[in-house]
Amino acid sequence: MDFIAMLTLFVLAIFLGVELITKVPPTLHTPLMSGSNAISGITLVGALIAAGHGDSVLVQVFGFVAVVLATINVVGGFMVTNRMLAMFKRK
Amino acid sequence: MHLADHWLNIAYLIAASLFVFGIKGLTKPRTAVRGNQLAALGMLIACVVTLFHREIISYEFIIAGIILGTVIGAIMAVKVQMTSMPQMIALLNGFGGGASFAVATAGYLGGLEGPVALISTGAAVLIGAVTMTGSVVAFAKLQELISGGSIGFAGMKFINALLLLGSLVAIGYLVVEPGNQMVFWALVVAASLLGLMLVLPIGGADMPVVIALLNSYSGVAASAAGFVTGNSALIITGSLVGASGLILTQIMCKAMNRSLTNVLFGVMAEGGVSMSDDEVYQGKVKSSSADEVAMILETAQRVVIVPGFGMAMAQAQHAVRELADTLEKRGAVVEYAIHPVAGRMPGHMNVLLAEAEVSYEKLKDMDTINPTFEQTDVAIVIGANDVTNPMAREDKGSPIYGMPILNVDKARTVVVVKRSLSSGFAGLPNPLFAKDNTLMLFGDGKQAIIDISTALKDA
Repeated sequence: MDFIAMLTLFVLAIFLGVELITKVPPTLHTPLMSGSNAISGITLVGALIAAGHGDSVLVQVFGFVAVVLATINVVGGFMVTNRMLAMFKRK
Repeated sequence: MHLADHWLNIAYLIAASLFVFGIKGLTKPRTAVRGNQLAALGMLIACVVTLFHREIISYEFIIAGIILGTVIGAIMAVKVQMTSMPQMIALLNGFGGGASFAVATAGYLGGLEGPVALISTGAAVLIGAVTMTGSVVAFAKLQELISGGSIGFAGMKFINALLLLGSLVAIGYLVVEPGNQMVFWALVVAASLLGLMLVLPIGGADMPVVIALLNSYSGVAASAAGFVTGNSALIITGSLVGASGLILTQIMCKAMNRSLTNVLFGVMAEGGVSMSDDEVYQGKVKSSSADEVAMILETAQRVVIVPGFGMAMAQAQHAVRELADTLEKRGAVVEYAIHPVAGRMPGHMNVLLAEAEVSYEKLKDMDTINPTFEQTDVAIVIGANDVTNPMAREDKGSPIYGMPILNVDKARTVVVVKRSLSSGFAGLPNPLFAKDNTLMLFGDGKQAIIDISTALKDA
């Protein structure tokens, strides 16, 4: 993908993010943070590619570290968000 | 079997769309659980298709990493107490930053070409490492492993400026000479130090801003990692999260009437001659008892509870809910006034009260509740201080002048549950405690609330 295309995606997604997030009520700000944390674990996609690369051991080691950290982010983030949101839903 | 790149990209587009639906779900408590599940589904799709990426040829490291990460993440999510949620979020921010840093490092070591890829790598390493070490410091402060106050020394800002400048120069140098690994590792070290030094001087009550900002950084770092690998999923998602953190940061700063630079560099506004504790409190503070408070509550029609970090510290949220139940049974209306920076992260009080099964409809934000204090019989302040300080409204010389506060002093009677008259984070006396209509109930927050409930039930 060329740089301009990536930049376009980046800028448009920021506008979208601003529009979306301003509508989240203060009551849900903590779940929003843990949820967006989980979503930012999308780095896992890049981590998987690095860890499975197989060219050099050092690349794989950093890939492995990235997979572990990103997976904690994804699994921990979604689970804890779910736990919090279930408490809000109860009523 | 490998999938062609365009199939991967279509799957990433689906995942990104599900993230957008997920965040949209978070705009209402009723749809929030479903939103979170949609986002998780998006993540699953993105990860599963990536396993078929043409560059992946071995799976040992992947499988080991996923198992380890899943176990750690699941244990953390199940075990964490609601009062410790700020620490948990700080750690997750740090892991996110660390993951982006590691992906960029792996990309660099695997051999990268072209200025775009190299600059993006530099940015991902810089922001990722700052997020990682900064979040670890934030975690240590919140967990009270190190002092929660401001830690610093003269010339710290100068060194931080040097570290940032050095990092930027290193990134520039990498573009010219990508093969020079020494420069790369120097960048890693400088960025890691910078993260430590940026968060160390920031004190406890400013933590909501820092956590929100690190949240934003972790998103931007993911986005930068996306520029390195040309991955649309990372770019879109990272900037969504970056925007989210930035908006929360802005809300927090506004609620403290401070600029982001002020918070980051630990500057409080210069005040005029502020009054000493004695001048404010001498002979005017009325110490009360649980029985006396219960007597006043007996006839109250409308009660507003104002929680702060002290409620979290005392784990008093369940006791507070019970007191509210008792009052409601007697026919009183009970609502909760939540200041945006109450607690240690955005929404901290809401989560605690939700844990105690308080309906979210009773949690009112500052702008909604403030006009109602004049019709409130009793306001019960538990563990909040600076966010109720009337000096912010009345005393132009005060360092906190202009900060939006909860106007609890307008209630007919104010009950302040607090351990002592010690000042809050701003280090100022609070004239609220000396007002004619204020009763101080000294003691442990949880015990004091339980005592009031008991006295009220006996009445």
